[in-house]
Amino acid sequence: MRYQTVIGLEVHLQLSTKTKAFCSCAIDFGRPPNSGVCPVCLGLPGTLPVYNKEALNSAIKVALAFSCQIQEHTKFDRKNYFYPDLPKNYQISQFDLPLSRNGHLEIISEGELKRIGITRIHLEEDAGKLIHGSNSSLVDFNRTGVPLLEIVSEPDIFSPQEAFDYLTTLKNIIEYLDVSDCDMEKGSLRCDANISLRPEGSKELGVKTELKNMNSFKGVKDALTFEVIRQTELLESGQAISQETRLWDAGKGVTVAMRSKEGAKDYRYFPDPDLTVFVIEQEAVKRIKSGLPELPKEKMRRFIKEYGLSEYDAKILVNSRRDAEFAEECLRMYPGKDKKPVVNWLIGPLLSEANNRKLSLCGLKVDKQELINLVGFVEKQEISNLSAKLVLTQMIDTRKPAEEIIKENNMLQISDSTKLEAIILEVIRDNEKSVNSFKEGKTNALMFLVGQVMKRSAGKANPKVVGDLLKRRLTGA
Amino acid sequence: MAIDKETVKYVAHLARIELRPEELDKLCRQLHDILGFIDQLSSLDVKEVKPASHILPICNVLREDEPRKSLSPDKALKNAPSREGDFFSVPKIIE
Repeated sequence: MRYQTVIGLEVHLQLSTKTKAFCSCAIDFGRPPNSGVCPVCLGLPGTLPVYNKEALNSAIKVALAFSCQIQEHTKFDRKNYFYPDLPKNYQISQFDLPLSRNGHLEIISEGELKRIGITRIHLEEDAGKLIHGSNSSLVDFNRTGVPLLEIVSEPDIFSPQEAFDYLTTLKNIIEYLDVSDCDMEKGSLRCDANISLRPEGSKELGVKTELKNMNSFKGVKDALTFEVIRQTELLESGQAISQETRLWDAGKGVTVAMRSKEGAKDYRYFPDPDLTVFVIEQEAVKRIKSGLPELPKEKMRRFIKEYGLSEYDAKILVNSRRDAEFAEECLRMYPGKDKKPVVNWLIGPLLSEANNRKLSLCGLKVDKQELINLVGFVEKQEISNLSAKLVLTQMIDTRKPAEEIIKENNMLQISDSTKLEAIILEVIRDNEKSVNSFKEGKTNALMFLVGQVMKRSAGKANPKVVGDLLKRRLTGA
Repeated sequence: MAIDKETVKYVAHLARIELRPEELDKLCRQLHDILGFIDQLSSLDVKEVKPASHILPICNVLREDEPRKSLSPDKALKNAPSREGDFFSVPKIIE
């Protein structure tokens, strides 16, 4: 039997506000243990939580970017469970009146446009951090109370690759909104995955497992790929899938069932009496919506339309908001109508310099005007492409202007025909055989002769001009 | 609404409370009475009443995102039954 994979993802996102969700402790992950805590986030008796305005704004931005409906009435609930990283013995979260519902995210997966439903995006708070020693576990409450968003997708994802593409698209949008670091390794973005299989064509969902402990997007993809194989083998041998939580072991490349099975979780949600309700005015939502930055999809469309970029090029450039802004400023500064030369430099030599140095495009800190000047030199054929790449490397290393580097290294191409003619005559004289084969119609011979001129000019001759001059001289045209 | 011993045991477990047998009997009776008392509410007609999750007529209580001083680790750990360095120390958690 053939099976269809069905995946739903839950993403937890730390909002990068200055202070925690319900108290004024500064968020700073570098600080020593238990130095960023107060009676509120420690859950001491008699304290009163008050939600962070900025966190609510950020959350509404995210919800709007994912086309969710912001709910007019929203409230906080207590999710009750005991765990040492949770000092109050409940997490403040949202149950039946979440901030937003019914959104979607458009992704491109394996060349196809797909819409993934977003069930809900709600507000909650982070727990503390546990460090397990040999005889005891140590608790640091600095992270306790950091504002989180939970973004729950519909079970609309049908392959591990789609899950990966969903996550990269989601991260891309969040980065544009500038509301979170989105760093999975640092834990500012976490992802749990629900996965089940069903016979192809069936409408009913199969028994699912919940996967945790993945710390990269690739880890999510790998864990899901493993789980597809594991579940397929079980089903094909007539065994049942047990509904359980499984932990991804990245080292061994397997998922392992969690040992503690307390049966169904019973969180006994109830409205948090310490926090009053929120009524979100349409006017406020409109105001936030109008302040949203241009998102990657729109930016990509505009780049294609305004600057004549190919979809491929535009997609690369909008990968990061800062890079896209850097690229657009370069495109605007470039005087030519055809922007292709700049695009080629951005996603060619500049991007490879960035990759080599493990930096972003704008992280290279190349002066935009200097980059445009460099492209200008190449376009006017004043320097060769090869030299220009060397100039770029030096520009990054030394921060010197392009022109200065070109002059220092004597890189200007010789396009002056009188200077070139002398070399050309020499080459024609010394290469009788190739001259003759060109005259007999072997066009390859011309390339050889151009090469000889380039060699004698120490690479500085303009190959196009040389070719034209040679052709004219040999054909008498 | 009837409440049986199993339910009381279950709720006690969720709350991490250990009950002696005589306490279990007593709580079973008391919870039964309390729930019965609350149950009177279901005889009311609330068709015209808007759902409420809070009794106070206020909403949108928010604070500015401005940091204030936190406690020192020593103060934060002052009431901890056990500490190791500046960490709270708890019995070892597996997984």
